[in-house]
Amino acid sequence: MIRARGLSKRFGSKRVLERLDFELPDGGFLVVTGPNGSGKTTLLRLCAGLLAPTSGELEIANDRGRLGFLAHEPLLYRELTALENLDLYGRLYRLPERRERIGMLLERFGLWRVRNERAGSFSRGMLQRLALCRALLHEPELLILDEPFNALDVEGAELLADQLEELRPRRTFLVATHDPARLSGLASARLALA
Amino acid sequence: MLVSAAVALIFFWVPEDADQGFSQKIFYFHVPIALTAYACFGWGAWKGLVHLWKRTPEADLESYVAIHLGVIFGVLTLITGSIWAKASWGVWWTWSSRQLVLFLVLFLFYSAYFMLRFSVEPGPPRANISAVYALFGVVLIPVSFLAIRLADDFIHPTVFRPSGPNMAGSMFFVFCLSWAALLVLAATLYGIELTSKRLDASVRELREALE
Amino acid sequence: MRRYAQDVVALTRKDLLLELRARDTLPAMLLFVAAALVVFHFALPGDSSELAAKGLLWVALVFTALLGLVRAFAAEREQGLLDGLVLAPCDRSAIWLAKALAMLAFLVLAEVVALPLYSLFYSGVGWETIAGVALADVGICAVGTLLAAMAAASRARELMLPLLFLPLAVPIVIGGVGASVGPSGGRYLGLLAVYDAIFAIISWASFEYVVTE
Repeated sequence: MIRARGLSKRFGSKRVLERLDFELPDGGFLVVTGPNGSGKTTLLRLCAGLLAPTSGELEIANDRGRLGFLAHEPLLYRELTALENLDLYGRLYRLPERRERIGMLLERFGLWRVRNERAGSFSRGMLQRLALCRALLHEPELLILDEPFNALDVEGAELLADQLEELRPRRTFLVATHDPARLSGLASARLALA
Repeated sequence: MLVSAAVALIFFWVPEDADQGFSQKIFYFHVPIALTAYACFGWGAWKGLVHLWKRTPEADLESYVAIHLGVIFGVLTLITGSIWAKASWGVWWTWSSRQLVLFLVLFLFYSAYFMLRFSVEPGPPRANISAVYALFGVVLIPVSFLAIRLADDFIHPTVFRPSGPNMAGSMFFVFCLSWAALLVLAATLYGIELTSKRLDASVRELREALE
Repeated sequence: MRRYAQDVVALTRKDLLLELRARDTLPAMLLFVAAALVVFHFALPGDSSELAAKGLLWVALVFTALLGLVRAFAAEREQGLLDGLVLAPCDRSAIWLAKALAMLAFLVLAEVVALPLYSLFYSGVGWETIAGVALADVGICAVGTLLAAMAAASRARELMLPLLFLPLAVPIVIGGVGASVGPSGGRYLGLLAVYDAIFAIISWASFEYVVTE
């Protein structure tokens, strides 16, 4: 589903990615590791289609409706409630049974009781959970997750791990993480950035 | 070479209009300079479109250089226009010269182009934004002209009416020659600046490759 | 077509809702336009004509619009939210349309206050002025929203938008003032209509390129 050959990305004069080759087949689970500043986020953004490569080839899935992206930022409107945020994205992703799906996800991630509170009042952990709800909302086939375990407390991390286990068989994953050990059971391949 | 030929012709071969004085001579510069500026802006917009449409790697740079040149010619238009106004009517500026007002607006517009370019990191976003802005510019030219014409009619009742001279054969020839000369000059400058910028980029790349 | 409309409605609702909650842009615009009209009184010499005052009305409107436009993509920019919208399967131009419509709503609300205030402080406002204002609003919001997205990408941010916007606003001001003040206002309304049509189309078509790579 994603293939890169000689992929390079430069911001002005700063080189972030240099001649990268890798392949993520359908159903695969690629874990991207590397220290801070090694370009994990950049790579994920390139694969999501948010950035264009400076040089090299990059084949990515073109259907935005089937891509779920968890970014560094939660991508949630602080002034809107959890429900309103998910409702907006639900509409944009043309979810057929919006309310049910939103309700189910909020419950799954333990956010049902705060559904009518503004996202701006959430803790970082809760925001991350809500962001995960947003990424999973439309049951995407390709999931690109940027450090999903960030800011999650023990309970949140367990919820996420369970979700990933459950979704693993039918989807393709590209996950950047500081803590590859956590995903070693799920991963089919690893990519280490310098 | 062409430019000097044009200059020579203007100053020596067209003495018949001596009765209209120095201001007439300026006309042979002012209007072709203005037309050349339009051509530069048009070319810049075209290259912008090429960038957006085909993602040709060089198109962004070519668009930028063309617009840069267009601004230079634009400033020259304003200067020569101002000189013409002084020579013809004794004032350095008049709002009733449509060309002058139009170029003032365009000058502001394209100056903002450079401010925009310098405040965005080099990369695809900057190239895209510059291209879109260049397209807006080229659309603005006729719309502004129309607007300024309407403004002229009512808002600023005209005191001075700049009218292009009725051109007899020889004058028309000199005019065309002058315009051709300026276009060639513009094309040459374009080529020079483009090459110099490409060289800069190559040197930078070499330096980085060595690091 | 229907999906496009639904996307636009969802996004416009979002923008209006955000303003309802945050309440920072619209009150500022209202206060600004009132303050501007007051300041203009002191800026006009005693024997100024009604025409000069009409001109200043347009200055007030353009700068009030700028105030609103500067905030147009503020939330998206500060929280990186544009990524979320760009990743969605909807047409990117729907983002532009929704934002422009929301801005239009704010501008119209500001004018609902500004025009009566103007009538109170200076002189009456005829139908040509109102028609001119309505047409100008469309042009301002169409072009302004696109330029706001450009400015959001720049380091200079708030400073960039007025520089980008004012040259493009010249035909709008000419059309607006001409319509308010001229004997044959119709021609100026025509100018505004032409401006709106042309610039709305290219703004709509080019927004995609401004927000993506």
